[in-house]
Amino acid sequence: MTDLQSLDITRRSATTGTPPDIRHQPAVAKLIDVSRCIGCKACQSACMEWNDLRPEMETFEGSYDNPSDLNPAAWTVMRFTEWENEAGNLEWLIRKDGCMHCSDPGCLKACPSPGAIVQYANGIVDFISENCIGCGYCVKGCPFNIPRISQEDHRAYKCTLCSDRVSVGLEPACVKTCPTGAILFGAKEDMTAWAQERIVDLKERGFANAGLYDPPEVGGTHVMYVLHHADRPSLYAGLPDKPRIDPLVWLWKGMFKPIALAGLGFAAIAGFVHWVVAGPNEVQPEDEVHGREILDHKDEK
Amino acid sequence: MSQPGTISRYTTAQRINHWITAGCFILLALSGMSLFHPSLFFLTDLFGGGPYTRAIHPWFGVVLLVSFAILFVRFFHHNLWNRDDTAWIGKIDKVISNHEEDVPDVGRYNAGQKLVFWSMTLLILVLFVTGIVIWDQYFFGFTSIEVKRVAIAIHSLAAVAIIAVFIAHVYAGIWIRGTMGGMLHGSVTPGWAFRHHRKWLRDLARGR
Ligand code: HEM
Ligand code: SF4
Repeated sequence: MTDLQSLDITRRSATTGTPPDIRHQPAVAKLIDVSRCIGCKACQSACMEWNDLRPEMETFEGSYDNPSDLNPAAWTVMRFTEWENEAGNLEWLIRKDGCMHCSDPGCLKACPSPGAIVQYANGIVDFISENCIGCGYCVKGCPFNIPRISQEDHRAYKCTLCSDRVSVGLEPACVKTCPTGAILFGAKEDMTAWAQERIVDLKERGFANAGLYDPPEVGGTHVMYVLHHADRPSLYAGLPDKPRIDPLVWLWKGMFKPIALAGLGFAAIAGFVHWVVAGPNEVQPEDEVHGREILDHKDEK
Repeated sequence: MSQPGTISRYTTAQRINHWITAGCFILLALSGMSLFHPSLFFLTDLFGGGPYTRAIHPWFGVVLLVSFAILFVRFFHHNLWNRDDTAWIGKIDKVISNHEEDVPDVGRYNAGQKLVFWSMTLLILVLFVTGIVIWDQYFFGFTSIEVKRVAIAIHSLAAVAIIAVFIAHVYAGIWIRGTMGGMLHGSVTPGWAFRHHRKWLRDLARGR
């Protein structure tokens, strides 16, 4: 995406100033109801089509996952898990994987390039590819292992939540296409309310642990899941149970940096102060005399 | 002995080796710091913009490693620690206040210089190893993201540490007059050697 909506940007990577804040928008969310997904991958195709991307053809590896992983041209991938539940029955858990659009995005925190990652007022986290330098820091910052760096143009890519469509009042392409209505899009408040109805329904049908996945550790997300087993998100192809920005990322990107810069500045100033107070250490004429003496009496012990 | 009346301290090859290392170091510090903090991102302009800075930094690192390795082989035996060094460190306040007459005589390198040498050695190794781990263009597939998080945190910390050592090293070269000349032209005066490295001067006089 390009930087069309500067009035609506609430966070901008590697930027110290505060972005404009005159316009306020309700937070949006995409709700993925895993219990209604049939794994048809129409959303994957719609994503490729709308964004005009064609991932490379891969070989069959014995799994329905195709492509086998997210890649710079595949911003969403269906992940299939065959799980045998406590009663010994097979459950086919199909999760549409892709960017979760965290309210507190680890990628944005990690990114060193000003404006390469932005968060819009509606919550969408977007990569502004022209500003991306391809360092891969976002990959290290992300709690969900989503961004992928292209080996062709050395830039990071991931789901934009169709920020281009949303900005003109359309729903994301995947939402538009889903034949079972498993993907919904709207105000986050409405999506949360709708999810609650679904959860009640699922509980009635025997999924006692049905629930909404909107992890508070990352401030909530703008892509949420209804899970039949919300007590164990990791069943769903390793969806993190408690996603969080890694403490190492905080160490690396937190207060350490300004303190370190101040420390280095202080070291340079300390040198200057020393120069003023103690002064340069000059070789004195008598040193030269003594030095010569030693050299001239080479044979002495 | 290069010019009449002076003592040779560094050969031409040694000096070229030193300045290649120093040049690489400065390029690394500038390109690295440009990604370190938003307030320094403007430094990427020196290297043709963000993507080029990101791409070239590790290559400077490779040249630095090779150049420093040669420097290391040349000088490490002069930098082995001994008891005099511990005594010298004990008198560091005298050194700093320019009262060197009260400090034990020093050989080719004093304890401060040796500390710079060994901390540079250690930190360059750490920076190289962690730098390879986060060099995603070529080595992404070799380590997990968890390992890369550790590596970049250490790389970042070690970079700050080595730049601090660098500031001390450069300042010492400016503060102790005549030292810079040694590395620029290769020679120092007998007075400089007498004042700062008396044991080395005696050894030289004895032809050792
Ligand atoms: C010795 C070999 C070295 C290698 C292979 C290396 C490699 C890297 C790589 C791959 C990055 C990530 C950005 C990029 O892809 O360009 C990086 C970042 C960085 N490097 Fe190095 N580097 C080396 C030495 C150094 C040295 C000597 C310094 C300091 C003088 C330094 C300072 C930095 C800094 C400050 C960063 C940014 C860290 C951050 O964003 O927090 N590097 N280095
Ligand atoms: S790869 Fe691009 S988006 Fe990711 S952290 Fe680096 S500059 Fe930012």
